[in-house]
Amino acid sequence: MPEIKVTPLGAGQDVGRSCILVSIGGKNIMLDCGMHMGYNDDRRFPDFSYITQNGRLTDFLDCLIISHFHLDHCGALPYMSEMVGYDGPIYMTHPTKAICPILLEDFRKITVDKKGETNFFTSQMIKDCMKKVIPLNLHQTVQVDDELEIKAYYAGHVLGAAMVHIKVGSESVVYTGDYNMTPDRHLGAAWIDKCRPDILISESTYATTIRDSKRCRERDFLKKVHESIERGGKVLIPVFALGRAQELCILLETFWERMNLKAPIYFSTGLTEKANHYYKLFITWTNQKIRKTFVQRNMFEFKHIKAFDRSYADNPGPMVVFATPGMLHAGQSLQIFKKWAGNEKNMVIMPGYCVQGTIGHKILNGQRKLEMEGRATLDVKLQVEYMSFSAHADAKGIMQLIRMAEPRNMVLVHGEAVKMEFLKGKIEQEFSIDCYMPANGETVTVTTNPSVPVDISLNLLKREMALGGPLPDPKKPHDQILKLVSSEQALKELGLNEHQLRFTCRVQLQDPHSDPDTLHRIYTHLKSVLKGYTIQHLPDGTVMVESIVIKVSSSAEDPNTKVLLLSWSYQDEDLGSFLSTLLKKGLPSGLC
Amino acid sequence: MKLYCLSGHPTLPCNVLKFKSTTIMLDCGLDTTSVLNFLPLPLVHSSRLSKLPGWVSKDGTVNLEKELKECAGRVFVDSQPEFCLPERELLDLSTIDVILISNYHCMMALPYITEHTGFTGTVYATEPTLQIGRLLMEELVNFMERVPKAQSATCWKNKEIQRMLPGPLKDAVDVWTWKRSYSMQEVNSALSKVQLVGYSQKVELFGAVQISPLSSGYSLGSSNWIIQSHHEKVSYVSGSSLLTTHPQPMDQSSLKNSDVLILTGLTQMPTANPDGMLGEFCSNLAMTIRAGGNVLVPCYSSGVIYDLLECLYQFIESASLGTTPFYFISPVANSSLEFSQIFAEWLCHNKQTKVYLPEPPFPHAELIQTNKLKHYPSIHGDFSSEFRQPCVVFTGHPSLRFGDVVHFMELWGKSSLNTIIFTEPDFSYLDALAPYQPLAMKCVYCPIDTRLNFHQVSKLLKEVQPLHVVCPEQYTQPPLTQAHRSDLMLELQPPPMPYRRCSVLNLPFRRRYERVYILPELANSLVPSEIKPGISVATVSAVLHSKDNKHTLQSVPKPPPVPPSKKRKRVIEEPPVVLAPKPLLSGAVPLEAFLATLQKHGITEVKVEETADGHILHLQAEDTLIQLEEDGTHIVCDNNEPLRKGV
Repeated sequence: MPEIKVTPLGAGQDVGRSCILVSIGGKNIMLDCGMHMGYNDDRRFPDFSYITQNGRLTDFLDCLIISHFHLDHCGALPYMSEMVGYDGPIYMTHPTKAICPILLEDFRKITVDKKGETNFFTSQMIKDCMKKVIPLNLHQTVQVDDELEIKAYYAGHVLGAAMVHIKVGSESVVYTGDYNMTPDRHLGAAWIDKCRPDILISESTYATTIRDSKRCRERDFLKKVHESIERGGKVLIPVFALGRAQELCILLETFWERMNLKAPIYFSTGLTEKANHYYKLFITWTNQKIRKTFVQRNMFEFKHIKAFDRSYADNPGPMVVFATPGMLHAGQSLQIFKKWAGNEKNMVIMPGYCVQGTIGHKILNGQRKLEMEGRATLDVKLQVEYMSFSAHADAKGIMQLIRMAEPRNMVLVHGEAVKMEFLKGKIEQEFSIDCYMPANGETVTVTTNPSVPVDISLNLLKREMALGGPLPDPKKPHDQILKLVSSEQALKELGLNEHQLRFTCRVQLQDPHSDPDTLHRIYTHLKSVLKGYTIQHLPDGTVMVESIVIKVSSSAEDPNTKVLLLSWSYQDEDLGSFLSTLLKKGLPSGLC
Repeated sequence: MKLYCLSGHPTLPCNVLKFKSTTIMLDCGLDTTSVLNFLPLPLVHSSRLSKLPGWVSKDGTVNLEKELKECAGRVFVDSQPEFCLPERELLDLSTIDVILISNYHCMMALPYITEHTGFTGTVYATEPTLQIGRLLMEELVNFMERVPKAQSATCWKNKEIQRMLPGPLKDAVDVWTWKRSYSMQEVNSALSKVQLVGYSQKVELFGAVQISPLSSGYSLGSSNWIIQSHHEKVSYVSGSSLLTTHPQPMDQSSLKNSDVLILTGLTQMPTANPDGMLGEFCSNLAMTIRAGGNVLVPCYSSGVIYDLLECLYQFIESASLGTTPFYFISPVANSSLEFSQIFAEWLCHNKQTKVYLPEPPFPHAELIQTNKLKHYPSIHGDFSSEFRQPCVVFTGHPSLRFGDVVHFMELWGKSSLNTIIFTEPDFSYLDALAPYQPLAMKCVYCPIDTRLNFHQVSKLLKEVQPLHVVCPEQYTQPPLTQAHRSDLMLELQPPPMPYRRCSVLNLPFRRRYERVYILPELANSLVPSEIKPGISVATVSAVLHSKDNKHTLQSVPKPPPVPPSKKRKRVIEEPPVVLAPKPLLSGAVPLEAFLATLQKHGITEVKVEETADGHILHLQAEDTLIQLEEDGTHIVCDNNEPLRKGV
């Protein structure tokens, strides 16, 4: 029996360094190649030695697919392709291909230039790695080779995020990457057709959350920002340069306009302009409303939001600053945080998920004293707010996707084990399908049961369809290709003659009637016994049961002794022998 | 399989393919050449046009002064321009399941087909095709609606009267079916039926056939289509280009192994080289400007204009035209320029990489930013105050019958300093200019048609090797004006099947096989036996299950167990319901081996008689006759025992 195997090298019962191996129909596919934000050592990258202990990545993998540009999904890409060594095809959507190298370069700069790490990938490696990338369009069916085909679906989440459908023969797997089932201010909702994959591999970041309506959260967010500004505080919003940042910018921009607010909004350096430009050029990937109106008013041209300079952080008076990165683990957002943490008038709003080990994660868990580099500690006095704006599907959304795709099995990744456990139970209960949640390095094996495609002769098919009855004995000669043809044609093609095996049986019967009467009595009798069979009384003095012929003749000696001749072919052996036994017992007297 | 041909225009096709159980319309082109028979629609009152004399037949018997006007020896209909629609009587249009659109020029008749005909199907098109197609329709509607004509001429259409009119009106066909433009409401309704598809996306139609658009290289989002089932493949090639312009290159290899290839949309200018024309365009433009004249370029608001602007972007500096204003006037000018920048996925590789930087893929963004190129929705409003001469104006419609171009013809036509440069190949420039004669303005004709020429197409066909080619009849003979150019036609072996408007072709297709799926448990139960080396045979007994045009073979279902009855057992009376069909027998029974087998079973008294076809065996002890023949065995007996004989 064919099997599909799924092994997470990262993101198994964890969030971060997404990397999932799938073996399907003899093909090996790697899904995502991310890094872990919570670690600075080897655990930062997926464990490629799982593969490399048996040989080179290029020999093992048929392709690598990146779902979107977040570093926990693509951060290990240059490491994998240039340092571990992989020369096969890498697939990602156009926006991902455009934005991914910028984030990688950013990541590299922070790690190498700021933290001084060596033995890390270089700018050139990022460039070389991107050369191996083949862009994917939505819904385009890409033939990786003769057997393996992949197709991308819209996933929401961030610009260019995609879910992928992987198919070999009649077996298939869908990998969701990160997705969002509710449209937001700049992106649409994820969508997939009823593709009935053998396995659906889904993220489960918010496996236990059912989030309230987006509108409420937005109102909450605006209220908090507004209050803080009113009392003269500074608001820090740590974000990643692309994605949530744009959504919140649109939100604040419209709010500032409506309320006629004057406090400055800044966006941390560098990426802003560029990032917004990407959104303008890839406007087809945003939501319908923005797409429809972009000619008149491009939503990504902001009036109130200006570029941030490091010196502004010490300016007096209220302000709102969007700064990168989003989990307060390094860079500008961390610097500003350190500056503002001591003042209780200030506020930090964490608009997304923070992985374990980051400062973002610590303060969200209520930690008020932070150990910084060296021995210094930092007292956190400012208000800490958490607003889930990250565009992940919540439990409801995940169930909705399952309903859309109708998978035969589920695999959960990219989530915390406890939460997964809960969702797993719910899925198994509601959909009665198997749900797995493998840990890193653990393999899930699912047996599939594909049907065998064969070619049938059109004549035979039409004949059978017209008949609406059970199929006779079509044959299929095994050549390289499988064909189904009618038995006559098959015998002809093979140069064989059909061999008819017929049996004729004499049954003696005592029946004081004329031959035709006897025949009619037999007919009536059989009719009553053999319901559901075709029984015909033919004018030439025979009764046909299906293809069995029954004739009656009187014996020469005794006109009351009738001799029945039953004749049937080998195909009707069962029925024939049944009939002869039945008739041997004579006819019931009650018949007329 | 049948092909119904509803349009006679080779580059604006409209065909309907009946394939398996589906009815597929291929393109929905609108033949706009009919508008050349009409008088231009001026934006502001034109005294010249209103003073044109009415037409009266020479003998004075027919007087159509109100409907027909004469200009420079030609007669024009004074009415809102009308279009020649695809044939609507050849088949019931409400039976069409899907419409496949190959590019935005070939969808202009869509509202006529999808509205008011009972059409309930789906239209498939790529996103750029839909968006730009919408712009072109919007523009057309706008051009017509902003200068409404009170009267509508119909008398001239009377057969008796039309016969007496001078050419080309006399020879116009089906004038009764000509229709005015649709409304915006109809456009919206028609386009709401469009389902977006991406290149190489596979779409299943009713499980019977699969359709897939392929990049055709002609315009943004333009596609050829593959229509196939498991055993048959039809390729539809429409408006394709092998030149490197802005769209994604043409996908040729996917057209391979077609049973039938329907070929439309070849170049309309087989003798004009697009690159040469582009050079001529630039030099004429520069010459006119330097001499202090204005340049008028009648064009569609999307397509070649992007390439013209890109070419000018490089040319402006070298020709020191840096200060010359370039105007693009169309109700959809802004949208068209904006839309062109957001379809990176559909562009050629060079332009795609620009987006990664991120930079706009087309340089006209820079032309706009530096104020070299300005766009206006119409000549009214801002344009009239900002307008400086000499200048270059790009505007529609290329037929010169409606749109802002009419105004510029009236404005600049009288001066020989000015030049009109025709770049669109859809209309004969002499016909287009006819109602403006006499004209002092210089006319330059450099039609740019990037579609496949005959040389390219024969090379393509050699490569993809379709079994049969279907094409418009125009392609099977040299053009009328160049009858000696046998290189300007398709020469193929076997010869292509030509079609014309209203043709119904039976495509040479024999479907012999269909795909069925054998369910795993049935597949497991098959017992193949090797008949010849490499050939194994197994009999398959199964139930055929057909649903959504997908066929599966399932094992014969086991009957439900008989519920135990409390009455006395009547097992004997239960017919053997299990109809597990016996395997089919084949081959002949060898006599010697058969006798040996019989002996093994203790049957020794056998009398063998030779007959013409075989042998008769008389088993005396059992009172049984066995006839052995080449292709049959007949066993006559009294009881059932000896029935267990295998072969």
